[in-house]
Amino acid sequence: MSSELPIIRIKDLYFSYHDNSVLEDVNLEIDKGELASIVGPNGGGKTTLLKLILGLLKPQQGTIEVFGTTPEKARRKIGYMPQQAQLDPQFPISVLDVVLTGQIDRCGKGFTGGFPKAAGSIAQAALAEVGLGDFIQKSFSQLSGGQRQRVLIARALCSEPELLLLDEPTSNIDPRSEENLYETLARLNRKMTILLVSHDIGFVSQFVKSVICVNHQVIIHPTSQINGTIIKEIYGGDFNLIRHDHRCDHTGHSHHDPFSGNREQL
Amino acid sequence: MDFFSVLTDPNSLFLRQTLLVGLFSSIAFGIIGTYVISRRISYLAGAVSHSVLGGIGGVIWLKTVFQLEWLDPLYGALLAALLSAFIIGRFGSGRKKEEIMIGATWAIGMALGIIFMDMTPGYFDITSYLFGDILLVSVRDLKLIIALDIVIILFFYRFYHIVTAVCFDEEFARLRGLKVDLFYQLLLGLTAVSVVLLIRVVGIVMVIAMLTLPAATAGLYARTLAGMMLLAVMFSAIAIVGGIILSYSANLSSGPIIIVCAGVIYFVLAAIKRDKYSL
Repeated sequence: MSSELPIIRIKDLYFSYHDNSVLEDVNLEIDKGELASIVGPNGGGKTTLLKLILGLLKPQQGTIEVFGTTPEKARRKIGYMPQQAQLDPQFPISVLDVVLTGQIDRCGKGFTGGFPKAAGSIAQAALAEVGLGDFIQKSFSQLSGGQRQRVLIARALCSEPELLLLDEPTSNIDPRSEENLYETLARLNRKMTILLVSHDIGFVSQFVKSVICVNHQVIIHPTSQINGTIIKEIYGGDFNLIRHDHRCDHTGHSHHDPFSGNREQL
Repeated sequence: MDFFSVLTDPNSLFLRQTLLVGLFSSIAFGIIGTYVISRRISYLAGAVSHSVLGGIGGVIWLKTVFQLEWLDPLYGALLAALLSAFIIGRFGSGRKKEEIMIGATWAIGMALGIIFMDMTPGYFDITSYLFGDILLVSVRDLKLIIALDIVIILFFYRFYHIVTAVCFDEEFARLRGLKVDLFYQLLLGLTAVSVVLLIRVVGIVMVIAMLTLPAATAGLYARTLAGMMLLAVMFSAIAIVGGIILSYSANLSSGPIIIVCAGVIYFVLAAIKRDKYSL
């Protein structure tokens, strides 16, 4: 464990939408250089956790520090890729213009309000990074779902982030592109800390360094510990049944196996 | 006399002026309409437009009862439009609350307008406010519309990238540190002012159609927001000029004819495009 301050530090966090408790007693630290995946069932709070880290949502209790400050102040160091479902796929915009919005905060203050000169080459490099270097003049609406996904990753990279947050980067991607994507992420991880949301734990565990299970509570596993039991605990059955009955520190923990003797193929 | 010989007649200054009003209002319809469609705020624009009747009614009442000759219905219309845009923008965060605010300002604005007119002695024909009459538009209205066009063009030129970013993905723009809420309020204000000036052309009830149909038609073909704006201005101009010609030749109300033209253009072109895009 490095002596540096963790990039994300969440303490005793509770969050609920109105009366529906989404996250309870969350403690989490992400160190610099991490490549971690948040996994868990739908409705378990994965996206909520990302939005809390971005400061788009406010916790009812507890604190979140990002880069040692509030999420709002840290935002500009974060590259974010949202779920594609919230965007209009027919919006009239070119691939280059989508990626350039990663630099929108650096738009000129002068009369023309244009991007700084360097923005174009940063955008181009970001597109090349995700393998879409030739798509720069294409229209966003002409692309496949998987290509759009990669454009949105390029947009996040165009912000030149120190921390990359990706919400379901593999949701529209076929298995081969998915493998390419993880190779890309592993390469980017040398330069930046990466936190991604995925529902595909089997695949993700080969690439990431740790897995953060989010199902109302948050538990971290080093990937070496991922086995059938843990997967089952994350996804199987009603969450009340599988709620973890113990807490552990952020370095990881071991699991009881409440399903032993009755193991099903996932 | 047919339309074109009237148009070239040196004495028909009035018809040429009407056409100019149509062409200049197309600029505002096309650009603001593109924003309205991209942000999906057409019902918000509808509420702003209908609330204007409250402002107009209020001014007519004040003017008659207190003999305030300097008062112009335009002031009341502007005040009502800006106020309702502010109320919806400020208190209508969240989809459910926004819908309530839209419904409330829409109906309460109209109701107030009727109440004020009931309280005012004398008879008022509100048809031209409701359905517009481009043939009644004055030189002052034309100047105001040209001034509005200039403001709109300058604003969208200066903030084009920011408007694009906010329309495409508001949350991401906010995360990059843009003052998204301030922009939203500014653009709502601009939309409200446009609605007020454009009501003269097609009326309170139908201004929402001119803010959606030409831009939606443009959206069938455009590849960038700027392209969509240019095409929307063009489709809007075609509908307005076509509407004026038809209305003049057939002696029918101009507002409804313009709307039907815009509607026919949209549905025909959307049907042709059906293979690629859904309606």
